[in-house]
Amino acid sequence: MNDALAIDVAGLSKRFGELVAVDDLALQVRRGEIYGFLGPNGSGKTTTIRMLCGLLTPDSGRGTCLGYDVIRETRQIKLNVGYMTQGFSLYQDLTIRENLDFTARIYGMPNRQEAVEESLRRLGLADRQKQLAGNLSGGWKQRLALAACMLHQPRLLLLDEPTAGVDPKARRDFWDEIHYLAGQGITVLVSTHYMDEAERCHRLAYIASGRLLAQGTVSEVIQNSGIVTWTVECADLYALGAQLRGLPGISQVVPFGNQLHVSGTDAALLEQSISPFREQASCRWTKAQPGLEDIFIQMMEGADRHG
Amino acid sequence: MADRFSWQRFLAVVTKEFIQMRRDRLTFAMMVGIPMLQLILFGFAINSDPKGLPTAVLVADTSEFSRSFVRALENSAYFKVTMQPKNEAEAERLIAEGDAQFVVSIPENFARQLMRGERPAILVEADATDPTAVGNAVGALAQLAQTVFDRDLQGALRPLQGKPAPFDVQIHRRYNPEGITQYNIVPGLMGVILTMTMIMQTGLAMTRERERGTMENLLATPVRPFEVMAGKIVPYIMVGYIQVTLILLAARLLFQVPILGSVMLLYTVVLAFIAANLAVGLMFSTVAKNQMQAMQMTFFFFLPSLLLSGFMFPFRGMPQWAQNIGSLLPLTHFLRMVRGILLKGNGFLEIWPNLWPIGVFLLAVVAIGLKRYRKTLD
Repeated sequence: MNDALAIDVAGLSKRFGELVAVDDLALQVRRGEIYGFLGPNGSGKTTTIRMLCGLLTPDSGRGTCLGYDVIRETRQIKLNVGYMTQGFSLYQDLTIRENLDFTARIYGMPNRQEAVEESLRRLGLADRQKQLAGNLSGGWKQRLALAACMLHQPRLLLLDEPTAGVDPKARRDFWDEIHYLAGQGITVLVSTHYMDEAERCHRLAYIASGRLLAQGTVSEVIQNSGIVTWTVECADLYALGAQLRGLPGISQVVPFGNQLHVSGTDAALLEQSISPFREQASCRWTKAQPGLEDIFIQMMEGADRHG
Repeated sequence: MADRFSWQRFLAVVTKEFIQMRRDRLTFAMMVGIPMLQLILFGFAINSDPKGLPTAVLVADTSEFSRSFVRALENSAYFKVTMQPKNEAEAERLIAEGDAQFVVSIPENFARQLMRGERPAILVEADATDPTAVGNAVGALAQLAQTVFDRDLQGALRPLQGKPAPFDVQIHRRYNPEGITQYNIVPGLMGVILTMTMIMQTGLAMTRERERGTMENLLATPVRPFEVMAGKIVPYIMVGYIQVTLILLAARLLFQVPILGSVMLLYTVVLAFIAANLAVGLMFSTVAKNQMQAMQMTFFFFLPSLLLSGFMFPFRGMPQWAQNIGSLLPLTHFLRMVRGILLKGNGFLEIWPNLWPIGVFLLAVVAIGLKRYRKTLD
C-alpha cells in the first residue's frame, strides 16, 4: 500500500442488472489533493463515489480508501470519510443546529457541543442556527451539508456534485473553502459538470459509460488529448458552421458567441478541410488551445462510438 | 372555445393514470388481489352466531339425568363439552384463563331431588366478557331446559313433565353480568388503536428517510441497523403509553369499565404488545418503497387484526383455520389479556398463556426486519 495515496483502487466494477455502471475503474488520489471527477450524467460518478465510501459493494475489484480495504473495512472508512450526497440529505424538518448536533452524536464525538459551535461559527451559520434546514436557499443548504460532513473531522471528503444549482458567488466561496481544507491536508474528491471547477482541481479524471478515459492535471489532459482546435470569426457563422460540419477531420463545430470552435483529432486532415474556407476574406482563423469541454465532448462521443 | 371539454385531453389523463397504476405493481396487487383474498378469508371466517363453545362440566351426580342433560347440551350445537374439571377450583381456573366459555355444575343428589319434585338447580356460569359470544347459547339453554328430561320422566314420574320445568337452570354471566357491550369494546379498542397507530407511524418512519434521501446520508455514517431500529422504536413506545393511559382514563371515567386487575400488570404487558406492533411497522418500512406502500401494508395487516382477533366478531365463532390465523396476530392475545386483567382481575399466571405468543411474534418480526434492513444501497 502506498502511504501517499488517499484512494487507491483498481478493477472496480459494478453492474445493476444489465447495466454496467462502472467498468474496471482504477483511480489513484494523492493525499491532500483536490481531485476532480468529471463525466456526463449516468457515467458512473455517483456509483464510484458510493463504492468508495462503503454504500455500495463492488462486484469486483479491490483497493483502499485511507488505507482501509473498500470491501472489508467499510466501517473504518465511514468513520474517517465525509460524504456529501448529490441531493440535500439532511433533515429538512430539523433546524441547522439540530442537524449538526444529530450528526455529531452519530459519530460519537466526545466534545460535541464545542464541535457544533465551532462548525456554526466557521461557516457563518451561527445566527441562523434555529432556522429549519428545509427553509434554506440552495447555497445555504450546500454550506450546511458541507459543515455536517466535515463535523467529524474526516481525512477524506467525497463530494458528489456539491455545487449543482448554486449561484456563482456561492460556488466561488465553496471552492475557496475546499482549497482551504486541502491546505489543511484533507483530500477532496469532487464530482462536477462545471469546467471552471474542473480547472480549479489539482488533478482530474474523466469517465464516460463507467470507464476512465483520461486523468492527470488540466494541462496533461489537454496535451494528451491529441485534439486540435481552430477558432474562426466570420460574418455568417451559422452558414459557415453548416458547411464545415461533416467534413473529413472535423469532429466538432461549436459556436461560442461570435466565434466557432472547430476541432478534430487529426491535425493535418483538419487543416486540409478548412483550407478552402481560410481563403475567404471575411473570416479570421486562429489556431487555439482546445478547452476541457471540447476535449470531454470529443471523448464522450468517442466512448459512445466504441462502447 | 378552448375551455370546452376535450376528449383528447381527458384521454391523455386517463392513459397516464393507467400507465402509472401499472408501474406501481405492489399498489396494483393491493387493489386487485388483496380484496379478493380478504373477501374469501373474511367471508368464510366471520360468524356472529358462534357454536361449539368450549364447555367444562363439573358433575357431582352420576345419574341418567345428568348424562341426558350433558347430551342435550351437545345436541344443541352451541356447547361442546371439552373439559371435565375435578373440583370447583379447577373449573374456576378454566373460565378465568378463558379456556372454557361455560362451566356447567350439576350438584350432588340432583336426580334424587328432581324425582322428589324439589326443583334442584343446575348452575351455568358463562364468561360474558364478550356478551355477543354467549348470547345465543344462553337462549338455547332456556329452550332446552323445558324438554330435556321428557324421555326420562316416564311412568310414575310423568307428572313432572311440562311447565314449569322440574328443575332450575341458574345462569351466571360472569365478569359482565349486565352484558354491557362497552365493557368488552372499550378495552378492546385499546389494542385496536395501538395496532393502527404504532404500525403506521413506524411504517412511515423508515420509508420517509428513503423518500427524502436522508437514508443515504444515514447509511454513510457508522450508525448500526439495530441502533436505527431501536432509536426509532423508543419514541413511539412513549406515544403508545400515552395512548394507553388516555384510553384507561376514558374507560374508567366515561364508560365506567371496571378495573379489577392490576394496572401495573397491564402497563407491563402492554410493552410487549406495543413493541410487537412497532416491529411490524419497521419490517414493513424495510419492504415498502414509499410512504404510500407502507400505508397500504398497514391496512393489509390491520384488517385481519380487526376481524380475526375477536374484536369485532366472537373468536370462537370462526372455523378452526381462521382461529389459527387469528392466533398468530398479537391483537388476539392482547385482547384476551386486557379483558382478562380489567374485567376478570387476571394475574400474571392467568395471562401468561397469551403473553408468550406475542413475545415469539416480536422476535420473529425483528429478525426479519434486521435481515431486510440493508447497510448499503445495493
